[in-house]
Amino acid sequence: MTSNNGRLTIPKPLAKQGGELDDRLHAAKSVRTLLRKVFPDHWTFLLGEIALYSFIILILTGIFLTLFFSPSMTQVVYHGSYTKLNGVRMSEAYASTLNISFDVRGGLLMRQIHHWAADLFLAAILCHLLRIFFTGAYRKPRETNWIIGIVMFTLGILEGFLGYSMPDDLLSGTGVRIAEGTLLGIPVVGTYLSFFLFGGQFPGTEFVARFYIIHVLLVPGLLLALVSAHLFLMVHQKHTQMPGKGHTDANVVGQPMYPYFMVKTGAFFFFVFGVLALLSTFAQINPIWQVGPYTPVAISAGSQPDFYMGFLEGSLRMFPSWTWDIGGHTIAWNVFVPALVVPGLIFTALGLWPFLERWATGDNAYHHVNDRPRNAPTRTGIGMAGVTIYGVLWLEGANDLIAMHLQIPLYLTTEIARWAVFIGPVIAFWATRRICLGLQRRDASMLTHGVETGIIVQQPNGGFVELERPLTDVEVAEIAARPPAPLAITRTVDENGVPEPAMRGVRGKVQAKAHEIFAESISLVPPADGHGNGHGNGHAAAEGEGEPAAVGGGPVQPAEGEEGRTGQGDE
Amino acid sequence: MSDNDRDLEGTPEERSAPHRVIGTPPPARGLLTEPGPGESSGGGQRGTEPYGPGEAEAPELHEMPSDPPDPKAARNWERVAAALFLISLLASVGFVAAYVSLEIGNNNGDVVVATLRSNLALGSAMSLAMLAIGVGMVIWVRYIMPPVELTEERHPMASSPEDRAAFAETIIEGAETSQITKRPLLRRTLIAATVPVALAPLVILRDMGPLPGTSLRNTVWKKGMRLLVYGSNQPITPADFNSPGGMITVVPDGYQDNDQELAKATAIIIRMEPGQLQAPTNLNWTVDNIVAYSKICTHVGCPAALYEQTTHRILCPCHQSTFDATRGATVMFGPAPRPLPQLPITTDAQGYLVAQSDFHEPVGPSFWERG
Repeated sequence: MTSNNGRLTIPKPLAKQGGELDDRLHAAKSVRTLLRKVFPDHWTFLLGEIALYSFIILILTGIFLTLFFSPSMTQVVYHGSYTKLNGVRMSEAYASTLNISFDVRGGLLMRQIHHWAADLFLAAILCHLLRIFFTGAYRKPRETNWIIGIVMFTLGILEGFLGYSMPDDLLSGTGVRIAEGTLLGIPVVGTYLSFFLFGGQFPGTEFVARFYIIHVLLVPGLLLALVSAHLFLMVHQKHTQMPGKGHTDANVVGQPMYPYFMVKTGAFFFFVFGVLALLSTFAQINPIWQVGPYTPVAISAGSQPDFYMGFLEGSLRMFPSWTWDIGGHTIAWNVFVPALVVPGLIFTALGLWPFLERWATGDNAYHHVNDRPRNAPTRTGIGMAGVTIYGVLWLEGANDLIAMHLQIPLYLTTEIARWAVFIGPVIAFWATRRICLGLQRRDASMLTHGVETGIIVQQPNGGFVELERPLTDVEVAEIAARPPAPLAITRTVDENGVPEPAMRGVRGKVQAKAHEIFAESISLVPPADGHGNGHGNGHAAAEGEGEPAAVGGGPVQPAEGEEGRTGQGDE
Repeated sequence: MSDNDRDLEGTPEERSAPHRVIGTPPPARGLLTEPGPGESSGGGQRGTEPYGPGEAEAPELHEMPSDPPDPKAARNWERVAAALFLISLLASVGFVAAYVSLEIGNNNGDVVVATLRSNLALGSAMSLAMLAIGVGMVIWVRYIMPPVELTEERHPMASSPEDRAAFAETIIEGAETSQITKRPLLRRTLIAATVPVALAPLVILRDMGPLPGTSLRNTVWKKGMRLLVYGSNQPITPADFNSPGGMITVVPDGYQDNDQELAKATAIIIRMEPGQLQAPTNLNWTVDNIVAYSKICTHVGCPAALYEQTTHRILCPCHQSTFDATRGATVMFGPAPRPLPQLPITTDAQGYLVAQSDFHEPVGPSFWERG
């Protein structure tokens, strides 16, 4: 565009057609704001985008597959291209999946992209969730979006299970059988739920058609609505940003939507699609023709579900065989606890976490700058404890393969998992917290002393010292950008050591203790003599003295109109 | 509520445009200098105070430059990006060519080989087409567009106290105008009427399946029904099955293609050395040291398909429930709560293995009515 008196020349079509549109939509101002919207940049912000683009690719490839898939359990005798199954009795669903693979050009590619995209979708959601958790990005005002995300994660798992059940091959049918056994295990209503879902006894003639319509219409519709809400809230509340120079809770630093973010995110769509195509070209996934059609009579050894079902599988494998027969009824603790109660607890805890943390920290403030995980040692520790529980369940879901490849007795892997699921998280919490505090100490040391350069010089007296350089502005901003200590810690007791009203009683004491645990961190502010930080045990000082200034990232000023917050944490 | 109420928030500039689309942020300028309305929510506007050293001043808003700082480098990168876009174009052409030229199906030799060949060609072309566009676009945004960093101010999430009050009043005003708060008869009958509507799905979904009844308690096995070897569907005599330590999957005669019945009735027969079978195995239900158990795992119903000859263990590959074949398939390890039920067998007049009766207890996973 040529410049004309400092103004850019507007091309005719934009002026004319654009004007016609704006005459009707009154959109010039709001769309301009959207175009200039600033998006902050960090590699972890791409994780959610991977999930989004996987979802779009799932829809695109899924539409292709619906053109050829026949969601029917009508039994047919196969006489198609794949001669090894010639004359074998199978459902139309399985036969049409064979046809997609062997008789539709590009069909196998689309099937494999669809399956890889489903795995990538859930892997990206999982990583995105962990990023949000460990950086505290779910804090006020973003709790709603966190919950939407958890719901989408759950729906994604359900959607994936329904999807890979539909080909009705031996592997997927076994998964459906396990699901049926799980339904039967629900007390009181389980048998009825199973009969209604399957249209009678397993396997019946209905479930593929029913899974199909839930898989292609109901769940995707819900997901689409929730994705839209998720994105709308993200735009409306503006994205969080990582700590950095010039990044505050009052601004967003980054590049504008148009043209920068649009091109970057567009490129990312092609990357995700390209990588999925690459995987589907060179990494075979779910070759259903190798396992044959489903029959309740047979099973192949080493049956593994897709990775996102692994934690449920492991939960089922490690749970003891507890079952009660009382008064003519059977309560299958061994089935419905590991398969339904355990995941229920995991997802409920995830959903409630922002509110639990707010209660524990008493921190009711807005947060738009993310935490570095080390700066929230207790949260990071709890997160790692959760990761450990999930990880143990997940590994136990493949314990037969672990036992085989690592030459460990099969039952020993289960015994280890049964202990590890309780002991592991405790160790993970403790170790993570220590590591976080250690990293904080290192930060404090770097602020005081600078960074080691790796250059050793000899002094005139013969001694050797390593040169250190002071941190740059950018580095200081990243390290020192730490929110003030959660405020409640400063107000659990008044100046005479008497507990504040909200901190009395059992509940108050628990909350005061939680405040203390969550607020523990190493002071980054160097004392007047420039020493004393980064050395020794700043942690002991924080715990022992309970002195506010030693706990947070900076001196606390209760005069900021924040006194009222102490009691608000326990709403 | 007047228009003025709606326009209280925002700068004077914004007030002149009252028709801002809901949900889009207002131009972020100067809002933070106003008193923080969040105080009314008790949250306070912590975010308005920058923390950390050296951050009090946010960078100024830059105009976006129209040209990159190093035009020569940008020109070189432009060539690279253009080359990548051309590569993508060629790859797309290659995709179409592969689609047209590489036939699949069984008229072309081995069907799997033909399919994998087609998959390799189509997938490679598609990968290249996608990735080349992606890389080219990244080069465009990173090396051809001038580097820009903008700072946008956040405005408080919480609405002003006036807006909140007006909102609350609107809700109450509407409720009162609608009479719903003043007329309990209207309100209560309406609530009563909507309950059945909400519960309708429970009724109308009833026909998704029959009621269970006692169908899970029984299988199709009955006195004199032959055991057919799964796969060949042939009956079997004890003499045919003369290798101790072997395990064979058997299905009820006449039901070998009935998945629904097979999901309950499938069984395994195992031949033991004389004297190996012990209590609680019911020896009266065995023939020539051949014992028959349900194949359906009592955990969640997978086929317990693995048998280890040396230890006489039956293992379910799904969740590793392990049963002792010599002792009535009692549980040795894993989440299964009960032994695999034993099928009473004998031989018929022709010497083939047949069932004496159905299983004497329900097979498969626990269910509430099992008892």
